Amino acid sequence: MEQKIAISIDDLTVAYNYKPVLWDIDLQIPEGVLMAIVGPNGAGKSTLLKSVLDIIKPLAGSVTVYGKPYKKQRHLVAYVPQKGSVDWDFPTTALDVVMMGTYGALGWIKRPGQAQKKQALEALEKVGMLPFQNRQISQLSGGQQQRIFLARALVQNAAIYFMDEPFQGVDATTEKAIIQILKELRKAGKTVIVVHHDLQTVPEYFDWVTFLNVKKIATGPVAQIFNDDNLTKTYGINYKTSIVE
Amino acid sequence: MMTQYLDLLMTDYTLQIITLGTAVLGALCGMLGSFAVLRKQSLLGDAISHASLPGIAIVFLVLGVKDNNGLLLGALLSGLVSAVFIKGIISKTHLKSDTALGIVLSTFFGFGMLLLTYIQKLPNANQSGLEKYLFGQAATLLASDVWLMSSIAGIALLIVLLFWKEFKIVLFDADYTTTLGFHVKFIDTLMTSFIVIAIVMGLQTVGVVLMSAMLLAPAAAARQWTNSLSIMVFLAGIFGAVSGILGTAISASANNLSTGPVIVLVATFFVMISFVFSPIRGLLFKQIKLWKNRNDLKLMKTLMFMYNIVEDHDNISHPHKIQLLNNFQGYTKKSLKSLQAEELILLEKDSWSLTEKGFQVAKNLYTQQS
Repeated sequence: MEQKIAISIDDLTVAYNYKPVLWDIDLQIPEGVLMAIVGPNGAGKSTLLKSVLDIIKPLAGSVTVYGKPYKKQRHLVAYVPQKGSVDWDFPTTALDVVMMGTYGALGWIKRPGQAQKKQALEALEKVGMLPFQNRQISQLSGGQQQRIFLARALVQNAAIYFMDEPFQGVDATTEKAIIQILKELRKAGKTVIVVHHDLQTVPEYFDWVTFLNVKKIATGPVAQIFNDDNLTKTYGINYKTSIVE
Repeated sequence: MMTQYLDLLMTDYTLQIITLGTAVLGALCGMLGSFAVLRKQSLLGDAISHASLPGIAIVFLVLGVKDNNGLLLGALLSGLVSAVFIKGIISKTHLKSDTALGIVLSTFFGFGMLLLTYIQKLPNANQSGLEKYLFGQAATLLASDVWLMSSIAGIALLIVLLFWKEFKIVLFDADYTTTLGFHVKFIDTLMTSFIVIAIVMGLQTVGVVLMSAMLLAPAAAARQWTNSLSIMVFLAGIFGAVSGILGTAISASANNLSTGPVIVLVATFFVMISFVFSPIRGLLFKQIKLWKNRNDLKLMKTLMFMYNIVEDHDNISHPHKIQLLNNFQGYTKKSLKSLQAEELILLEKDSWSLTEKGFQVAKNLYTQQS
């Protein structure tokens, strides 16, 4: 089966100060996969996302989205940062945060109006947060904050979604709700890339996986490559797992 | 004293100019200070204002500039250089931002003080009047200074309105803003530049030492009263302006106290009032709410204890001796009275009974817990 390549990463190398965080990453992500990026702490998972999204400038390497440089294709890509990366005491409401997802399409200076508000309300409904639209964001629970971030990305109506640990610090109900939305996105032909920590749930949630530890260890369908061998190579310990099969 | 001051304000042109100037300055600083506070750059303002001192001294020494605008231009340049140093130290070394700010602040300010004392030892030094930039001297404000301040405040307001959406999203989530295709560095630089300009505008009135309070105090006070960014910025502007006007009034009617420090004290007074009395985040209301909740919980525990006794009887309103409650430490006469006031129990001399309402409340409490 010939699959279109959504994202192509070539020779990506990133270093903070002297220490390389990502070393010579080559990665092709096919269109329509729901992919987990797994690896130990400090493996460079978040950094990979940030350098693909041009938030961090890499030392070398290039990223193309559907064959063109990322900078020309930003509108196709949505990002869900780690929940802890922002100050939730910021004076604003849930609806307002979700509206920010429309800012990219609006461009400079133009203000969001009724059309943008409608999109934001639809996204809030999708993540089950409509009743909380006017809630000050600091008064939301961790799971609700994560849903708000997800809704903000959904508003962008992108083809590709990058999510940094969307299941971190959320309860079981929220986790189920989020994975439901991710699966719907995949069904709609979108490509979803998720930095993920819980190895137990990889086979259940995802169909594609990338093992990362500074270097790329392996990438491919979960059914074929999610095994003790790759886990051991990635995590450096002898990984006896009852996860697969 | 109030009427005296108002008479003075009506007739004294200089006082009118100074009042207008401090009001505009307060509004400008309050508005831009909100962005500094939310960007977590509160200390940056302090460092930049202290760091502007050597600029003033160098312009005076080297170029022989004596007029206010020229000196402020020197302050602006030296403030901007310090900002570049701070950002450079943070990105090129392992030092944290507070350390970088501390180093730059004290080095620049120390150098500025050194130059200032040197200047004072020069012949005809007393004409330089540079000391006024240390603590400010509102009395030296001229109509032209106020015009300049007002124009800059106008431009700043225009920029804020124009780039409102961009400012808001960068303040909340800069990384995400990058992914939307906005030039975050441009927005950031625009914001920081206006904060630096506001600082420089305030040097003549409030001085390098106290200037950061003008930025931070109105914003900190405003944050207490609202959960909306636009209202916060607006309120901070109002608080700043009122601090300016009140500060000038107090200093003019009380033996010409130094205006800058009085303005800062008034602004700080707003902060204290806001911290204690704001209904959303104020300490007082939080404490009252806490007490009330704890009290309610105690009452409910007492009610539960009663419910457990009553449960075994067929008739729920059968009276029981108050002594029965002695096994339970949580009750007082007062708490029993509160329960009666809420019609949850009936008290008669030395006995009590649950009402129908009390029984239902306790029963539902029980099912919720289990």
